[in-house]
Amino acid sequence: MRFVDEYRDAEKAQALATQIAALCEPGRQYKFMEVCGGHTHTIYKHGLEDYLPESVQLVHGPGCPVCVIPMGRVDDAIAIAQRPDVIMTTFGDMMRVPGGNGSFFDAKAAGADIRMVYSPLDALKIARQNPDRRVVFMGIGFETTAPSTAMTVLRAAAEGLGNFSVFCNHVTIIPAIKAILDSPDLRLDGFLGPGHVSTVIGCRPYEFIARDYGKPLVCAGFEPLDILQSVYLLLKQLADGRCEVENQYTRVVPWDGNLRALDAIGRVMRLRPYFEWRGLGFINDSALQMRDEYATFDAERIFAIPGVRVADPKSCQCGEVLKGVLKPWECKVFGTACTPETPIGTCMVSSEGACAAYYNFGRFSRSRVKEATRV
Amino acid sequence: MCLGIPGEIVEIRDDDSQLATVDVVGVRRVINIGLIGREALAKGDWVLVHVGFAMSKIDEAEAAATLELLSGLGQAYTDELAALAESDIT
Ligand code: SF4
Repeated sequence: MRFVDEYRDAEKAQALATQIAALCEPGRQYKFMEVCGGHTHTIYKHGLEDYLPESVQLVHGPGCPVCVIPMGRVDDAIAIAQRPDVIMTTFGDMMRVPGGNGSFFDAKAAGADIRMVYSPLDALKIARQNPDRRVVFMGIGFETTAPSTAMTVLRAAAEGLGNFSVFCNHVTIIPAIKAILDSPDLRLDGFLGPGHVSTVIGCRPYEFIARDYGKPLVCAGFEPLDILQSVYLLLKQLADGRCEVENQYTRVVPWDGNLRALDAIGRVMRLRPYFEWRGLGFINDSALQMRDEYATFDAERIFAIPGVRVADPKSCQCGEVLKGVLKPWECKVFGTACTPETPIGTCMVSSEGACAAYYNFGRFSRSRVKEATRV
Repeated sequence: MCLGIPGEIVEIRDDDSQLATVDVVGVRRVINIGLIGREALAKGDWVLVHVGFAMSKIDEAEAAATLELLSGLGQAYTDELAALAESDIT
């Protein structure tokens, strides 16, 4: 696998580690947030924190779509799924997310017709095959998956499928970053921008972070060297007194994003005035809902939804983890009451959740390379 | 779900269905290419597939690196691939 070595080379990683250390001002502490759960995963998997000087800290952000779905929305979805005329479809990641009254798995065991799908297009096919049932797709995810849901609705409309609808829970990344910037809990020095979300939205929407908040952002790839290089770029900006949006992941992320994808989202969905995020509370203009033109494909308008708010369990500290205030292992129930098999909070459910990533990899990789790279 | 899986285009449908067949580590699946556009793709191109849609064009080196990264994910990747193998959107 010679291609892979290009992004994995331990020598290159060490060279970057040395350059990173040289850029750090003595006595200064640096805190960078990796917005995306995919980055969290790579960081723990490869023990990247051990390549960084003590003064550089990486903190996790809210970029795990499964993690931010509030309990009440899971309950709403289950209420729809329990109707005898409904087939509920959703991504596998959603199945174990705990609501106030159990998860999809629990509801399925109790008799609800809930099916895991890989793509919203699979849900569409189920709708075609079951004309006498109402097929609902629970759409979740950031701008990475929202275009797929939108394209599926456009297809359903073109086919005139009357029994397909979307329970729309798509969220948008920019308001979440803004909420974190506005929160008093956390002092950040910059951001590793999400890779895949940015393939859709591009780099431009982040410009306000540099302009209005004075924080640099570097869109980063998912390989270990991508992340180290992005940390280097952030430190370089700070050392040069610059504050910009940079794109380290040019091999996948175009500066302007994917215009077709943005167009599809814009045709089918519009911003919700507000949406509740698990652990973060209500954030204005932070999620998508179906436009009036597509009301007949909107599960929220077709079915009466309880719309109850359920407070997160007391023992759960996902909010702090999602804001980067707590590290996963600092949560009181981490690894004891809360594990991937019996998650209390959402961050333990998805492989992109910080708690699951740390549970699966972090404990083994930390300190592994400390001695080798310390300069 | 957020994982983009690299696939190599083996066939592009010659109609306006926006569908193409990709090879993902030996599994052939039909995906939607409407977010990139048929005219921008050719046989042998690599794309990153998110939930059944090609989202971006990538080069072969990036595809290899991403596949390797994904296979290191263990169960999450196995589940995602199994879900993809089950998927039949046609
Ligand atoms: S250990 Fe569990 S409850 Fe605690 S923050 Fe992580 S997911 Fe939430």
